[in-house]
Amino acid sequence: MSDRPGGPDTADPGPVLRMRSVRKTFGESLVLREVDLEVAPHTVTALIGASGSGKSTLLRCANLLEEIDDGAIWLDGEEITDPRVDQDAVRRRIGVVFQAYNLFPHMSVLENITLAPRRVHGVPRAEAEQRGRELLERLGLGAKADAYPDRLSGGQQQRAAIVRALAVRPRLLLLDEITAALDPELVAEVLEVVRDLKEQGMTMVLATHEMAFARDIADQVCFLDAGVVLERGSAEQIFHAPREERTRRFLRRFTDSGRL
Amino acid sequence: MTLAKEEPDRGEPLAPGGQDPYVPSERRLARERYKRTRSRRAVAVAALSSLVTAAALVLVVVNAPGWSRTRETFFDAGYAREALPLVLDGLWLNVRLLLVCGAAVLVLGMLIAVARTLPGPVFFPLRALAAAYTDFFRGLPLIINLMIVVLGVPALRLQGVSVDPVLLGGTALTLTYSAYVAEVFRAGIESVHPSQRAAARSLGLTNRQALRHVVLPQAVRRQVPPLLNDLVSLQKDTGLVSIGGAVDAVRAADIIVGRSLNYTPYLVAGLLFIALTIPMTRLTDWVTARTDRRRAQGGLL
Repeated sequence: MSDRPGGPDTADPGPVLRMRSVRKTFGESLVLREVDLEVAPHTVTALIGASGSGKSTLLRCANLLEEIDDGAIWLDGEEITDPRVDQDAVRRRIGVVFQAYNLFPHMSVLENITLAPRRVHGVPRAEAEQRGRELLERLGLGAKADAYPDRLSGGQQQRAAIVRALAVRPRLLLLDEITAALDPELVAEVLEVVRDLKEQGMTMVLATHEMAFARDIADQVCFLDAGVVLERGSAEQIFHAPREERTRRFLRRFTDSGRL
Repeated sequence: MTLAKEEPDRGEPLAPGGQDPYVPSERRLARERYKRTRSRRAVAVAALSSLVTAAALVLVVVNAPGWSRTRETFFDAGYAREALPLVLDGLWLNVRLLLVCGAAVLVLGMLIAVARTLPGPVFFPLRALAAAYTDFFRGLPLIINLMIVVLGVPALRLQGVSVDPVLLGGTALTLTYSAYVAEVFRAGIESVHPSQRAAARSLGLTNRQALRHVVLPQAVRRQVPPLLNDLVSLQKDTGLVSIGGAVDAVRAADIIVGRSLNYTPYLVAGLLFIALTIPMTRLTDWVTARTDRRRAQGGLL
């Protein structure tokens, strides 16, 4: 987090992530259809929509954890859905934080964090550990470096998972409903971290049910409905003047329950 | 919500040096007194019933019409003394076979298990081969496998191929047991949740790195008890190499029995085998408990 995640192309303001007509099916069910998305550098894009609307699948496709059926995806102008592309090299440039943290239970927090820098990027152990401890310190987890994940609270585990994703200095960070498995009292500490990351200029795409948070942090909001980006716009526009009836109906559920 | 994990309570640590002014309440003391009484009673009942059962068994056996005959042929101290050094000598061969075959089985079993879980159409032949191997050697009775290898291979009179019954017997044991162990490892690999692999791949680890650093360590740790089961079983089955003429503990006992028609040496060999497996079981229990404890304390591993 020390260095602004800018990369060599700061002169070129092209999108970090671009999706064009992405289609994805699982067997008989059509999960994404004709999805277009552009994510500019140092911006936050929030994906909102009901469960099963395709938010998580979209993120997994962006990271090549799922293979798309049709369309194309570019990362920094390079088409990553080209079958000749080294997928492992692409994933190295994208960090992912999962809903269920997915920390490695047989490794200490520090080992979780240094695994990819050491094994994938060839960083020497001492250096990787020093940087790992610095990152943990900054996220208030300095004392937990040598603990195992099962001794951490949910919020601590999720913050450790964020550090793990950041340790490889990703170009883009994908956050997949990272607070959905947390107790309400622990949500705030995780969202605070995401806010800090935005301050530091990290480019992020997040799927979320935290509407108030999406409204505060997102530069761009996409409302997904049945695998289609039904409406997109600034947070201001989507939350205060949604054009589509379905968007209005979706958001009303949050306003009615006082969560927005 | 996919997460349904119980979170352990993490209370405040007790004040060091006994500065905690807590005094156990009368209710707690009464509760503990009651629990102590109850457990004392349970122990007494268990001890008594064990004694009664043992006494009944002894009475049945001792009063059996053929008891004196049986005692002479199975529990003869003289033959036991005579057999012990020879059987122990043979047992050393079993131990060496166990060490060498055990190591070979673990390596081969792991390779087969990994081959069976390789993704993609490129690896289809490897997967099919590994599946055929486990199907074949798990189905083939060990004794028949041993006879084919130990007796059949020398009959071919191939140049440069060993006819040593120990070597051939060890090979047969390794063939069969690596098929069992491969299945244990495979079950372990498949028990690791796919999200773990996804997390590893999302960090840029290759499939092989994800397997090596994330999936296999978790798989192996979970499978320690069933692996030990197979190793204990292998240890007993090392006795079967005697069918090729190798003098192990069973064969050593056999030789004395053949000469004396007294079966005590078998009993000696059997007890020695049992004595061998007990430390192995305890060792694994200890290793498992230690890793659990370390993880629970969050210490360095």
